[in-house]
This record gives sequence, structure tokens and C-alpha cells, in this order.
Amino acid sequence: MLCQACKEHTATIHLTELADGQRCETHLCQQCAESQGLTIKSQIPLNELLNTLLSAGPEAASDSSASPQSDHPCPGCGMTLKRFSKESLLGCPHDYEEFENELTPLIEQTQNGKTQHVGKIPTRVPAQHHKDIELKNLQRQLAAAIKNEDYETAAQLRDQIESAQ
Amino acid sequence: MKPVDLCKYPSSWFAGGTDILSEVVISSRIRLARNLAGYEFLPCLPAESQRQLQDRIKEVLLSIDLGEKVAYIDIDHASKVERTLLTERHLISHRHATANGPRGVVIAEDEAFTAMINEEDHLRIQVYASGLQLHACWQRINRIDDTIEQKLEYAFDKKLGYLTACPTNLGTGIRVSVMLHLPALKMTGQFDKFISAARECNLAVRGLFGEGTDATGDFFQLSNQVTLGVSEQQVVDDFTDNIVPRIIDYEIQARKTLLEKKPHALDDKVQRAIGVLRSACLISSQEALYLLSNVRLGINLGRIKDIPLSTVNELFMLTQPAHLQLRAGKMLDPDQRDTLRAEIIRNKLSHN
Repeated sequence: MLCQACKEHTATIHLTELADGQRCETHLCQQCAESQGLTIKSQIPLNELLNTLLSAGPEAASDSSASPQSDHPCPGCGMTLKRFSKESLLGCPHDYEEFENELTPLIEQTQNGKTQHVGKIPTRVPAQHHKDIELKNLQRQLAAAIKNEDYETAAQLRDQIESAQ
Repeated sequence: MKPVDLCKYPSSWFAGGTDILSEVVISSRIRLARNLAGYEFLPCLPAESQRQLQDRIKEVLLSIDLGEKVAYIDIDHASKVERTLLTERHLISHRHATANGPRGVVIAEDEAFTAMINEEDHLRIQVYASGLQLHACWQRINRIDDTIEQKLEYAFDKKLGYLTACPTNLGTGIRVSVMLHLPALKMTGQFDKFISAARECNLAVRGLFGEGTDATGDFFQLSNQVTLGVSEQQVVDDFTDNIVPRIIDYEIQARKTLLEKKPHALDDKVQRAIGVLRSACLISSQEALYLLSNVRLGINLGRIKDIPLSTVNELFMLTQPAHLQLRAGKMLDPDQRDTLRAEIIRNKLSHN
């Protein structure tokens, strides 16, 4: 679905307004929503967000053969998207893989656009994972340093990233 | 430790310091959400496995050195009033108190550490401190988390971080929050300033008792919402260096405005509050909260000299419904509670 305002980008923000008993839907892309002074915070209940994403229709899922049914259960725990959209809680860690296509936009919206963990890592996790996350951490710091025009720190970080790779 | 022993004194982290910071920031809290690898999340975990998990996590928590004596309370078998008492003291969540199934909580004697087992996630550990002490909270909880992790394997994904039942906790699983007392911002009609500052920083504003509670009275919880793509340290630093100082400053400016421009209105509010508290025969918990909040402001601003802050802090805690009932040793109907509450407050405030 295209953004109603610019008709260029994909609409990712779906507003439903109720005024005088009239239902009015607006579909906007992130940029247009922001330019209209709308910022999407996690104030929207998770289940509503998921419902909106699921009802966005088949065009949302690019690969139609993989298009999941909302009652397709996770083989591990039996959780379905339908149930998740009611309860807002998943059934097992594997659900994040099983329903990745549907959950990713939801995660992006509730986590301020982020989809990659930075921060603490359990020590039991394989060393390579530590390294990957460490690298992501450094890259994020580098981006911040460049933004702040702190080139001395940026140079140090770049060295660290090179030696870590 | 039994819940009934707790009803006579306020939590250590609530009593607070005396500097200007802790006048506004009552307490700091950090919570981490964790799940064990190899188990379903609670909505899909069979009751038998829930029991197994509960026993396993409990055993681990009781075996490690948490720097304090700890007690385990089986929430499923606790009475309703005991469960309410634990929520009034912020030791368990409302959800944990009212859910079903095998679940419990490990509580350190100083009440500054608690671990809820089988809440929304398998394990939710939290650390409290009075005033603004998020760095100390983070250090402590991080150490505890490390110790637990040596004995239990957490569900973790290198992309999504710590896996949680609800995607809103993914990544770090961290919830950093501060409890704020902002009476002057409310009185001067500048409360919007606080709300928009919070929105701008992606923070949630909640009532005194966290998730699902109204922001009534002058006490609020401010907490982060984004848990993925930011490090724990970043969230803590952001609160400590950026957000909280800004809000403290708004409140302090509002207090100055009150003192300079409306000292009579301020004194009127404060003295009326004392008047009612000292003479009422029936008082609801909502009203008590509201009036005690005004008295607290009066003490902070030096308008009241004969009541110590500790007395007010104590009354906040001890006049809550479950506290009253456990203290009385029996169930009380709302009328009886309002009578007992008014009596305790009258006694406390007239002895000063």
C-alpha cells in the first residue's frame, strides 16, 4: 500500500481515527507522518499494531507462496499470530523465526526502528556471536562520533573495528 | 520473611535521602527480563513444566550470594491480602499478584532486590535504590544477572538479543525507571512540559504502581520503552545525564515560581492538607495520597517545620489497604479501612 500523501513510499503508519462515530483511515509513510507532526511511539497497543499489519493485505507479503495464514501454528509451541494478536505474548523463542516476516515490522515500530541487539551478551554465547555484536556496537559508536564531529574518537574506533574484523 | 512482617515499616528504598535530587526522584529501579533456553514462554508452557521451572530458578536464586539475606514467597499459595501488600511495596507486579499457576518471588531482606519467577517472562529480576542511583542499580543487577547466567542458560539470539515473551522487551530486556514526585509542575499547570519531554525521549509515563495504573496524584513512573538496539549503559546514561536532570529542573523551577509568585496559594494548599490529615475521621487512600503529597512539598520547601519527611514517607506506605489489613490482623471493609487510616494519620501527625 502506498502512502496517501506522497504516493511514492510504502505506507507503514496506519491511523484509524474515530470521530462522531465515523471511522476514518489514513495510511502514511514514515517521512510524511513525521512531516505532519505524527510520531509513532509505542503508545499503540501491540495487538492493535499487529492487527493492522496483518490486515494490511497480501501485498504486504512479497512472496505469496510463503504468505502465512494468521492461524498457522508454530510447530514448537502451537502459538498462532491470531492468538498473539489477542494476547501480545509469544509462545516460545522459536516464534521469532517462525513468524519473522510478520514480527519484524512490528519490532521495528515498537523499537524505534531498531532490529539489531547491542549491549549485554551472555557469556555462554559462542565467541563469534560476541564478536559480531561487539562489532555492531563499535559501528554504532563510530556513527555517533562522526555525527558529533569527534574525529579523534572516530579514528580510534575505526582502528578498533579494523582489528576486530 | 513473611509479608505480615513488612506491614509495619516503609521500604528502605522509599525512605530516600534529603538532598534536592531525592526530593524529586523518590527512587530508581532497573528490571531485566529473562527466559530460559529450551522452555516455551509462559503462555505455552504446560503447568507441570511451569512448576519444574519455578523450582529450578528458585533453587539457583537461593544458592547464589546476593549480598543480602533472601526469602522465597510462593505467590500461588499466598493469601490475596499478602499478594496485595507485595504490590503495594512494589515487590511484585499487579500481573504477578493476580495471575494463576505456579509462580513466586525471591525478595532480599532490604527489599532492594526482587526476582519474580514465572511472571510474563520466566525470570524478572529487579533492583531498587532510593533517589537517583541508576548507575549503582545497573552495576548491581548486571552482577546478579552474570551470576545467574552461570547456572541457567538464557534464551538469546545474536540479532534480537535476550528473547522475551513480548517483543516490546526484546534485546536488552531492560526497563529503567524512576519514580518522580512532581507536585509543583502540576500545581503550576506545566505538566504538559513533562509529558512532552517524556514523549520526545520515547519514554512511558505511568502511575505510582507502574504498568496499567493511572497517573493520578503527583507521583509518576518514567521508564524507557525501547529495549532493542540500545545498550543497557546507554539507557542508564540517557536517564542520568539527560532526561532526569531536565525534569528535575522543570520541577525545581516550578517550585521557585510557586514560592515567589504564589506563596499564599502554596501555603493554603499545604496547611489545608495538614488540617484535614490532622482532623479527618474517614480518609480514602486516594485522598491520603493527594494530601500527603502536598505536605511532602510543604516540608521540601521549608513551609512546614514540625513534621519530619520520614513520617510522611512512612504514612504513604503504611496507609495502603493491604498494609492496614495485615496490621489490623483481619479483613476490613472500605469504611473500616478509611477509619483506621485516618486514625493512624491523626496519631502520627499530632505527636510531632
